[in-house]
Amino acid sequence: MLRACTATYRVGSKALISNIDLDLQPGKLMAVIGPNGAGKSTLLRILSGELRSTSGTVELDGRSISSYRADELARRRAVVSQATALAFPFTAREVVLLGATVPGFVSASEQVEHAAIEALRTVGLLGLADRLYPHLSGGERQRVHIARALLQLAFGHCDDAEPSILLLDEPTSSLDLAHQGVVLAEARRQARCGRAVLAVLHDLNLAAAFADELVLMSKGRIAAHGTAQEVFRDELLSRSYGCEVRTNATPEPGVPFVLPHARRD
Amino acid sequence: MTSEAVSLPSRRSSRAHHFTATQVIVGSAILLAIAALASLSLGPTGITLSSLPRALMSVFGVTDDATAARERLVLFDIRLPRTLLGMFVGASLAIAGAIMQGLFRNPLADPGLIGVSSGAALAAVATIALGNGIAAPLLQPLGVYALPVAAFVGGIATTGILVMIAGRHGQLMVGTLLLAGIALGALSGALTGLIAYASDDRELRDLTFWSMGSLGGANWPKVLAVMPFALLVVVLTPWLIRGLNGFLLGEAEAFHLGVNVERTKFVSIVVTAASVGAAVAVAGIIGFVGIVVPHVVRLLAGADHRVVLPGSALLGATLMLVADIAARLIVRPAELPIGIVMAAIGTPVFLHLVMRRGIGGVE
Repeated sequence: MLRACTATYRVGSKALISNIDLDLQPGKLMAVIGPNGAGKSTLLRILSGELRSTSGTVELDGRSISSYRADELARRRAVVSQATALAFPFTAREVVLLGATVPGFVSASEQVEHAAIEALRTVGLLGLADRLYPHLSGGERQRVHIARALLQLAFGHCDDAEPSILLLDEPTSSLDLAHQGVVLAEARRQARCGRAVLAVLHDLNLAAAFADELVLMSKGRIAAHGTAQEVFRDELLSRSYGCEVRTNATPEPGVPFVLPHARRD
Repeated sequence: MTSEAVSLPSRRSSRAHHFTATQVIVGSAILLAIAALASLSLGPTGITLSSLPRALMSVFGVTDDATAARERLVLFDIRLPRTLLGMFVGASLAIAGAIMQGLFRNPLADPGLIGVSSGAALAAVATIALGNGIAAPLLQPLGVYALPVAAFVGGIATTGILVMIAGRHGQLMVGTLLLAGIALGALSGALTGLIAYASDDRELRDLTFWSMGSLGGANWPKVLAVMPFALLVVVLTPWLIRGLNGFLLGEAEAFHLGVNVERTKFVSIVVTAASVGAAVAVAGIIGFVGIVVPHVVRLLAGADHRVVLPGSALLGATLMLVADIAARLIVRPAELPIGIVMAAIGTPVFLHLVMRRGIGGVE
């Protein structure tokens, strides 16, 4: 549905990502992993339509993503970026309501308000709905934005026949263990509801536990693409991350885990 | 489920905000109505509230005594245009401030910041100083309108230069716009100073008074000159609200939410420049309204532009009328420049709010 074909993005002579071929399918949670500076966030920004690829194509339903208007795209996909700062203090609920397209002076309908509350409940922030955003902790802020994206997906649709897309850039970076699970389980649930979900993740073990497919990026290219078992190979990960790692099996079938090799001199 | 239903926050129980949007809008509309009535009836010639209807009737020839005729004259030739001018200028400046703050994501932004006011001021000062000299052939056909026309053109021209500097590949770089605006403002200030330095005493006095702002020269042509721009910005606000709310999270996020980012920036800049240019042209430089009024609204009812924009327009108009009433009563029959009164009223109120709640409502 959302497909990148030899997509390349250059700044000056430096290619931040090059020759990316990727196809996001409804029903799947895809995790993008890789070391810092591998081009993960750039890939997400290309896929969201925020940046235009300098060569290659990014197409949504066979149509170039740059030919969509901002409001058309907003009905099809929601994005949670890294670390969003607010210029003026909104309450958590008001930030979430930004996800619903409400033009002009019209305030949100009961239905939208209710959906906003549901989204806050999903991310475990129901009690903080009327708290001012600057008074929230880093993890709570991150969950507010995830709730906003959930509301956008729930209300963006003009036509339910077209599946929508959720793009998450390190959605769990500030979250505690329990909420990492809550957020990624919700991401997987969204995928099971027929949406295409892509999450940039730093925690390889979370990626292995929750994602259907893993994309390993290294130096702006896709180094591996497959299931966790296919991607988690000691030699491949060690080379990509530039440090020695060991993979092992978890009690759960098909879910490996990775640890950096600790040298005890 | 029941226990959760109890803890469900009610729709408008926001403890974070002091008042609801409706309360603030209705409250400021009532305040504006009171201020407008006061502005019509207070002044060197007192017109009591009970005699307002009589003066009105004399317009339609229902009554015809001498007092009514005099009151009608004061009301329709002096007070009414002055009141309307104050409302339009106050609303324009305050709403322009709110839009600028939303656009630049900066609580300290103000129409003065991007050089619109100083560009208008430079043009006005040049008109005052050069009007009888080298620029006379150009300005004389405009007669008494030379000053407002020049100020308006100066404001718009500054904005045009800014948009050219900050535009790249069809995009407006907000950071560049802000820095270039500050630089152009400084340059305009320097040139204004240079002209003032070279002026004679009478010109200098005109310059000084113009730069302190006044509604004293209010007349119907001025009202009709500023009205379209004030109404334009008010009429366009519904289309800016969603964009400016989206900008709260940043340009990229606004795009993700479906906001046409470039159009929002362009419309905001042009509308602000036109309305501020017009306001400066008819009333001189009146600071403070653009920065203080949006803050007051945010402190009262939160930062949602659905309440900040209309609330700023209403409160801005109210504040301008109150300051103008004070300006003409304090040293009557003379008048104080409104800029001085505005700062004297506004500063303590604003400082009080900031000290109590912190800037932008953050404790």
